[in-house]
Amino acid sequence: MTAKIALTDVHKSFGTKDVLRGVNLQVETGQSLVVIGGSGSGKSVMLKSILGLLTPDRGSIKIDGRETIGLARRGRADIDHQVGMLFQNGALFDSLPVWKNVAFRAIQNDGMGESDARDLAVDALKRVELGPELLDLSPAALSGGMHKRVGLARAIASKPEIIFFDEPTTGLDPIMTDVINHLIRNCVQELGSTTVTITHDMTSVRAIADKTALLYKGEIIWQGTTEELEGSDDPFLNQFINGLAHGPIEVEGQKLDTAPNTIEAV
Amino acid sequence: MTFLATIGAFFLAFFAQSGRLSVFVGQTLAAMLRPPIYFRIIGQQIIRIGYFSLPVVALTSFFTGGALAIQIYYGGNQFNSEAIVSSIVALGITRELGPVLGGLMVAGRVSAAIAAEIGTMRVTEQIDALTTLSTNPHKYLVAPRVIAATICMPVLALVADIIGIFGGFVVGTQSFGFNAAIYVQRTINFLTVDDVTSGLIKAAVFGFIIAMMGCYNGYYSKGGAQGVGRATTNAVVSASILILAANYLMTALLFSA
Repeated sequence: MTAKIALTDVHKSFGTKDVLRGVNLQVETGQSLVVIGGSGSGKSVMLKSILGLLTPDRGSIKIDGRETIGLARRGRADIDHQVGMLFQNGALFDSLPVWKNVAFRAIQNDGMGESDARDLAVDALKRVELGPELLDLSPAALSGGMHKRVGLARAIASKPEIIFFDEPTTGLDPIMTDVINHLIRNCVQELGSTTVTITHDMTSVRAIADKTALLYKGEIIWQGTTEELEGSDDPFLNQFINGLAHGPIEVEGQKLDTAPNTIEAV
Repeated sequence: MTFLATIGAFFLAFFAQSGRLSVFVGQTLAAMLRPPIYFRIIGQQIIRIGYFSLPVVALTSFFTGGALAIQIYYGGNQFNSEAIVSSIVALGITRELGPVLGGLMVAGRVSAAIAAEIGTMRVTEQIDALTTLSTNPHKYLVAPRVIAATICMPVLALVADIIGIFGGFVVGTQSFGFNAAIYVQRTINFLTVDDVTSGLIKAAVFGFIIAMMGCYNGYYSKGGAQGVGRATTNAVVSASILILAANYLMTALLFSA
C-alpha cells in the first residue's frame, strides 16, 4: 500500500549549513505522526519542504505516490487543495475578520458567497469549540489560545485529507495546551485526516501521536509507536523525552558531555 | 586579496539581487495578466494609494508651483523677461516637477507602507499561509498593488499639474501683480497636449516602480521587526533612486525625438 506521505533521502542546505541530511520518513493514511527534535534540528525546514514552501536540494517527497519536488504550479495547487496547515503563531490575516480567515480558501478558490462562507466559518469554529460571536472580530482582538483555535478552524474548514501542525501548543498555558491537543485529536478522528505535527512538547506527543519520529541534526534517528517511545532505551530519545541537559544530544553552539545527568562538583 | 574579495562579493550580491528582482517582476507581470484578478482588492488599493495620497501631492505641488514662479520671476527679471513665468511654470510642472515630486512623495508614503505590510506578513508566516491555502501571493498581494499604483499615479500627477500651475498663478497674480486673465491665456497658449501626456506616462512608470519596490522589499524581508524596518527603508530609497533614473531615461527618450 502506498504511503500517504513519503520522504526519501531529503537534503536541504542554506549556504554551508546542512539542515536536512537525508531524511527518510513515511506516513500512512489516517496516521498521526509527530516529529520531535530540539531547536535547530530541521523540523520546520522538513515541514516547509513537504508543503512546497522550500525546495529540497535533492531527494524525493511523494504525496499519494505523486512526486511533489519540481512540480509545476498547477500540479502543486492540486496537492495544496488536500492540505490544511496550522502555523506556530496562527498566521491569521490581520486585515480580515475571523470569518473571512476561516473561510478564506472557500471564498478565494471556490468563489463561495458571503452567507455560505459565514455558515462554513460558524461550523468550523464550532468544531474547535468557539462560538459565532467571534465571527466579526479582528485577529488582533483574540487571545493566544483563541488565535490557535481559529487557526485550527481555518486548517480544518475545507476538510483536508492531510493536516500539518507546526508546534501547535507553543506559548500556551498547560490547560490551553490540553484543550488544543484534544481538539486536534477530535478533529482528526472526525475528518479521518492524515496528520504531521512538529513539536518539542512531550504532552502533545502522548496526546496526539500514533507514531513518533525523532529528528536530530537533519536525520530521523529514531521512529516508533507511542508505546515503543515509552519503552525505548535509545539514549538520544531518552535524553529528549526526559529533558536531560546531559547526554548524546549536542545543544546548539555547545557540546555537553555524555555523562549521566549529575552536577559535578567544581 | 581581501580588497578584491570585497569587490567580488559586492558584484556577486548585486547580480544576485538583480536576478531575483527580474524574476519577481516577471512573476508579477504574469500574475497581472492571468486570472484570477482580484478587482475588489485593486479597488481597495486605489483608495489607499491614490485617494489618501491626494493631500500630500496637492500640498507639495502647490508650494512647488509657487516657489517656481518666484524663481522664474527673479531669474527672468535680469533679462526683462518676467512674462515667461506662466509658460515656464506650466512647462516645468507638467513635464517634470508634477510627476517627479508627486512620485517621490508617493514613494515615501506608499512604498514604505506596502513594504511594512507585506514584510510583516512575511515574518509572521501569513504569506506562507496564503500559499498553503492555494492562493498565489503574487496574484493576491503584489499584482493588485502594482495595478492600483500604476493607475493612480497618472491621476495624481494630473492633480499635481493643475494645483502646481494654480500655485504659480496665485504667486504670479498676488505677489507680482500679473493680470489673471493674461496669465491663464499665456499658460493655455504655451502648453501642448504632449507636455501633459509625457508627464502622465512618466507618472504611470513611477507608480509601477513605487509599488514594485514596496512589494519586492517586503516580500523578501527577514529577521523580525528589524528586517521589516530595513525593508521599509530599502523600499523608499530604491523607489526614489529608480524614479529619478527612470525620469532621466524617459526624458531623454521622449524629448530627444
